[in-house]
Amino acid sequence: MLKIDSVSKRFDNGTLALDDISLRIEAGDFVALLGPSGCGKSTLLRLLAGLDEPSDGRITWDAGQRPGPGDIGFVFQDATLLPWASAADNVWLPLRLRGKTKSEASGAIASALAQVELTDFSGSRPRSLSGGMKMRVSIARALVSNPVLLLMDEPFAALDEFTRHKLQEDLRKLWRVSGKTIVFVTHSIYEAAFLATRILVMSPRPGRIGAEIANTVPDIADRRNTPAYFNLVKQVTAAFRAIVPS
Amino acid sequence: MNRTVESLAPYLFGLIGLGLWQGAVWAFNVPQYVLPGPAAIAMAYIGDYATLNAALVSTLSVTLVALLVSATLGVALALAMAASSLIRAAIQPWAVILQVTPVVAIAPLIIIWVNQPFLALVVCATIISFFPVLSNTAAGLAATPHDLLDLFRLNGATRWQTLALLRLPSALPYFLAGLRISGTLALVGAVVAEFVAGSGGFASGLAYRILEAGYRLEIPRMFAALVLLAVAGIAIYAALGALTNFVLRRRDDA
Repeated sequence: MLKIDSVSKRFDNGTLALDDISLRIEAGDFVALLGPSGCGKSTLLRLLAGLDEPSDGRITWDAGQRPGPGDIGFVFQDATLLPWASAADNVWLPLRLRGKTKSEASGAIASALAQVELTDFSGSRPRSLSGGMKMRVSIARALVSNPVLLLMDEPFAALDEFTRHKLQEDLRKLWRVSGKTIVFVTHSIYEAAFLATRILVMSPRPGRIGAEIANTVPDIADRRNTPAYFNLVKQVTAAFRAIVPS
Repeated sequence: MNRTVESLAPYLFGLIGLGLWQGAVWAFNVPQYVLPGPAAIAMAYIGDYATLNAALVSTLSVTLVALLVSATLGVALALAMAASSLIRAAIQPWAVILQVTPVVAIAPLIIIWVNQPFLALVVCATIISFFPVLSNTAAGLAATPHDLLDLFRLNGATRWQTLALLRLPSALPYFLAGLRISGTLALVGAVVAEFVAGSGGFASGLAYRILEAGYRLEIPRMFAALVLLAVAGIAIYAALGALTNFVLRRRDDA
């Protein structure tokens, strides 16, 4: 789907955030970018979104797959909703920016809200929603334009443990049903091991891909309680310790 | 019970203060040309309410027009500054210079330059009152959340869409806070300008009536005009506060 070829990113202040990153992302992948704070995970996500340009190297999309406006969905660490707009209007936003009226977009809005189980809250303002519900609206907003690539920047980091578990399960279900390509930034080994098909462990700044681990845990409902899951967590932890000095 | 007492507290405090003031004036037999009591001030107002009310209307007209001009000018300049760093660099120092220059010093010039008295008063009041709208709106436009700006970019939003759907609504609470400050400053500006114009013989608002009463040693009338000014200031502040609450509540809770 897309290829990241020897990509580096140096900021204007001289900080080298990413150094010589190379990887390929295939359609339908669920890639977790795992690493310590400041290792450049979010920077890599911004490069993939086209919000920043690499200082060196290039990101190339396979023929005919180059994304246009709205083809990349982005979920930020905070829900970043428009506080003055209802859940439905927030979800409408990406389509509205492309000239679709609310009635034209109503089917897509309803479908996106249904995917995150918020159909009954379409008229609610963000201030009346819980943190988990706001994040669901944010995910629905990213899904409404049927993006080819969904980028998620630690979306569950600020949520409580129970909400996080529930949203992780829902996201995995959503990925299985939709077959979307997802790149998911996280600090959590457990989250990466539960969600992703591929886990990329990044080194501290400047960020490099230190290890790539394939997830072979059986795709069953209770996958967190399987020996394969515990083994994967152990394997990722060992790779993390080898790459990130304590 | 506690809340009721708290909401009544300022009125009770005011009544006690007025009572003590009146009592002290009676007890010490203070002459009216030094310090009139509240009763004498009320009598002065009742005796001359038509003139004083007309003066109040005149001052409020200048204030409201100046506030309207300030809001329009402040928002327009803030938008221009947000659109271009060159415009920001060009405008900002001059806006600050205009703000820190005492209007009382430049009011005589404005009154000479602008032939039409009402317009001259509006110009003076606007010079004082436009800056809070400008600086607050500019701060609001600059404080638009970066993640949302990124989201708009990702979805190919035009500059107009970003402005209309994101930057202006984000800046609205800042603009309203600036407008509230500008409201009272417009009144101050109108009064200062009226003082200068009044000294030159232009009979108009409450400031002129204060000057006139001072020249004639009609101190209770002077206080009556002062009370009207204070009430007008409080009313403008409260009205703009109510407008802020109404607009933001309607927008965010509707």
